[in-house]
Amino acid sequence: MKKIVAKEEYCMGCRLCEVYCATKNSKSKDIIKTFKSEAGKLLSAIFVEEKEHITFAIQCRHCEDAPCVYSCLTGAMYKTDKGVVLHNKEKCVGCWMCIMVCPFGVIKPDLNIKKIASKCDLCLDKEVPACVENCPNEALVIINK
Amino acid sequence: MNYIIIGYSVAAVNAIKSIRSLDSKGKIYVISEEEKLYSRPLISYYLAGKIKEDEMNFVEGNFDTKYNLKVYYSEVAKSIDFDKKLVYLYGNKKLSYDKLLITTGGVPVIPDIKGYKSYIEGIFTFTKLDDAKNLLNYIKRNKINQAVILGGGLIGMKAAEGLLAHNIKLKIIDITDRLLANTFDKEASCYIEKKLNQHGSEFISNNTIVEIFSKNKKLESVKLKDNKKINTKLLIIAVGVKPNIEIVYNTKMKTNKGILVDEFMNTNLDDVFSAGDVVETKNFITQENSVIAIWPAAAVQGRVAGLNMVDKKFKYDGMFGMNSVEILGVSSISFGLTNVQQKDGFEILVKKDSDYYKKIVIKDNKVVGVILVGNIERGGIYGMLIKQKIDVSSFKNELLRDDFGFLILPKDFRKHLVLKEYLEV
Repeated sequence: MKKIVAKEEYCMGCRLCEVYCATKNSKSKDIIKTFKSEAGKLLSAIFVEEKEHITFAIQCRHCEDAPCVYSCLTGAMYKTDKGVVLHNKEKCVGCWMCIMVCPFGVIKPDLNIKKIASKCDLCLDKEVPACVENCPNEALVIINK
Repeated sequence: MNYIIIGYSVAAVNAIKSIRSLDSKGKIYVISEEEKLYSRPLISYYLAGKIKEDEMNFVEGNFDTKYNLKVYYSEVAKSIDFDKKLVYLYGNKKLSYDKLLITTGGVPVIPDIKGYKSYIEGIFTFTKLDDAKNLLNYIKRNKINQAVILGGGLIGMKAAEGLLAHNIKLKIIDITDRLLANTFDKEASCYIEKKLNQHGSEFISNNTIVEIFSKNKKLESVKLKDNKKINTKLLIIAVGVKPNIEIVYNTKMKTNKGILVDEFMNTNLDDVFSAGDVVETKNFITQENSVIAIWPAAAVQGRVAGLNMVDKKFKYDGMFGMNSVEILGVSSISFGLTNVQQKDGFEILVKKDSDYYKKIVIKDNKVVGVILVGNIERGGIYGMLIKQKIDVSSFKNELLRDDFGFLILPKDFRKHLVLKEYLEV
């Protein structure tokens, strides 16, 4: 399974990972529309943290022993055979148990509807996740575990 | 190896997954009072009309076959012979076990109220799907637009969530001064009280029902401690749940409020384990025995119990109370000890405005309680601070930051925490 590794010392805080993650998760898949006509409904699954000159980006760690999965009231949060934690929006009721138990704080309500949780899906439909692909300084890299 | 599990909800499901991860051959028998497996906390969403009955399963549809189970649905375990290792069901059926797991959950507490009769139409508890179904029918049949909820704790508020979706005006009565008394302080409660008032509902604090009036077996009104009378056709009794330990009464199993277990989820009897809302176990924060009747705790306990039923060496490190509740658009998450006083040695940090409240409780430089109202994003990190017992003395003043996250944590700890999950810092 692939894992995204974040390297704080290389991160410049440019937020391109956030921009491309939001675009990937947008309706239009168009960077300008994502931030203009679809603004306010951004769905970046990556969290860029900034404090003074230090920055880094964090998204779902796909924990081996994932609290969001066993705490989910509906079974919407699940783990694939390959260990990727995914989320079935159809089943989700927005009880926020996952937000409560996620030790990394990387699940958030879907701003489009505010009733469904949203998180990183490792861009399974792409070879390289959008955040990694667009990081200009290799602060986000992929490793195969 | 024969495994028997009495009760079939989240603790049982997680125990089954654990057992099967170590033992693919053993026979697993499950005894369930219910007709089918469903997620009980979802009944408030069902009541609200947000989900349908067939959407309440929380495992894959073929779970019973996938995990090779024999499930006795709609059957009740009557008694257990711990010496002969037998479980008796109603109808003279008996099953023998090598390892037994008791996950019988909780049952609603019905306080002793003058005039109360179980047959009075219009009085409901709210813990099972049947409760929600009957309630929904009753609301529709009687065109209910006003109701009384006795108890402002988690179950009362969940019932409130469901009833408010039908635009029913509520009067929520609690013996304490606040809503969600187990994990909220008065201030947090006020944010929800304000919303209830705007909706035309009301929270009545420091009060209780002393008498119930009915006519022709139908609920008419209730009288409060202060003699105030409220006419109502619907009363939800939601003062709490207690461990369902009936099956082990007068046996050699050790119980207090719930079934007592050690850190392996083992009862005082060999080969007999327990998990979920029925157990009383160590509170992670206070280290005192308590019943923490919440879904994530039941899941973890079930997992630990299941592993130990096969190979006893996995420890349960305790849980603390936590809730996630959303009422009338106000979201909230709370953890641990929150309603404590400075004079008792707690440090209290607060940040708030008209629709946002954040409170952090610290004891001996460790976070022991948190309330978030209005903005719950990244809330889980606070829970992690409690669980990992992080010394926060060096970054205490940053805990209330709006952009609270990992960057406020000391680099060493950040490294330690996230490295194993492949985040290099």
